[in-house]
Amino acid sequence: MTGFWLIVHRDVVMAWRQGGDGLMAIMFFLITVTLFPLGVGPESGILARIGAAVVWVAALLATLLSLERMFQTDFEDGSFDLIAIAPLPLEAVVLAKCMANWLLTGAPLLLTAPILAMMLHMDREGLAIFVVAMALGTPSLVFIGAIGAALTVGARRGGVLLTLLVLPLYIPVLIFGVGAVEAAVTGQSAQPHLLVLGGLLLGTLPLGLWASTTALKQALE
Amino acid sequence: MDDTHPPSDTSQEVGVAIGAKKPQKKVGVLFAGRGLVCVRGGRTVFVGLDFALEPGDALVLMGPNGSGKSSLLRIMAGLLKPAEGDLLWHGYAVEDDARSHYARQHYVGHLDGLKVAMTVSENLSFWTGLRMGAVPSASSVRNALSAFGLDCLADFPARILSAGQKRRLSLARVLASPADLWLLDEPTVALDRDSVAALKQAIAHHQQHGGMVVIATHSEMALDRARPLHLDRFVPASELAELQEDAATVLRKNGHKAGKKGRRL
Repeated sequence: MTGFWLIVHRDVVMAWRQGGDGLMAIMFFLITVTLFPLGVGPESGILARIGAAVVWVAALLATLLSLERMFQTDFEDGSFDLIAIAPLPLEAVVLAKCMANWLLTGAPLLLTAPILAMMLHMDREGLAIFVVAMALGTPSLVFIGAIGAALTVGARRGGVLLTLLVLPLYIPVLIFGVGAVEAAVTGQSAQPHLLVLGGLLLGTLPLGLWASTTALKQALE
Repeated sequence: MDDTHPPSDTSQEVGVAIGAKKPQKKVGVLFAGRGLVCVRGGRTVFVGLDFALEPGDALVLMGPNGSGKSSLLRIMAGLLKPAEGDLLWHGYAVEDDARSHYARQHYVGHLDGLKVAMTVSENLSFWTGLRMGAVPSASSVRNALSAFGLDCLADFPARILSAGQKRRLSLARVLASPADLWLLDEPTVALDRDSVAALKQAIAHHQQHGGMVVIATHSEMALDRARPLHLDRFVPASELAELQEDAATVLRKNGHKAGKKGRRL
């Protein structure tokens, strides 16, 4: 178990010192969402209508940005050879990497998203549900993304390939994430949507770990 | 320097945790390979390779570039599966219990696995902690670093290290936790004379305590109980001709000097 926290700690500390990936994803998120009111115009009705979808799509793309280097750097500098022969099972390594990735991108997204949603005139009922939906949805994005990151490790121009692989798989999270907010805003129960998001998280957790581990083992050969 | 070398010093506190064996008293073959075949990217690198190591032995892998020294070390480490053949530990197949095999070895490859944003001691304690499943004590990290003269650089980021210093940090990792088997892939590359001497001393100490070492090297390293293993003897005849032809072409093209260097990471 110590090994698990060592990997989480190392990834977070490294990102903190280099100030790169995590910060970049958040800046991307902020700027993308801010572009919409500028492009669409300040009319509050339209912004409130599209707000949830805009923030969710920007969050998907921001998550993608951080995925490419999730396993890549470890492969390039030989770290993965040593990680593979460490006593920690590879599944636990992938979970640690996902957790670090979520702490560096998912958590800041979760903190900034309500502010951006307010900027887009999302009303109060919608806002609370939106935060819950983001909390349930962003870890799923990381687990799904880990599969793509593991599959494209060692590929040239892996980033583009990764985007093509992963974005279609993000569709269910997007649909139910936006659906939850729409339901809350129109006075319906958001519970079914949130339950589906929870179900997706429970599904993508084992599936993501298993598929990423298998792909990484392939890449090690 | 005196008390830094595993497995003697730290085996008490950590040996149990990873299931490392105490120094072997009984003499007999402990680690062996039988009929190993390695195929890389469709090319047969070597066939029918056998080796046997007793506690305290050193196996020195020799052969021209491309003869499969690194591949054999990766096979021994369990990072690569042989196309055919078995690896045996105490007569039992290694792949039946890969995790225990990982726990009894140290592997130092061409790549250092260092994170340049972390300090020298953070790098070392990360790898040692990951291997042992517990954060190593500051003193054991210091001792391992000082064995290779890196203690003065402990708190500097690994970014500032030279190639030789990075290599020394990789080797310090081997000293920071005990293991029965050391797998070293050209460990002397980029090392200065003092560091090579320190490495030799560390290996000798390891062997005296029943440890085994497999080392791929081009430079002469006088080790005790060294068994040379010439990999070019296991290269299939067709591939050997090709290898020699390659070498001859390089020699002809670049004059005599460049031929020796070949491809090296």
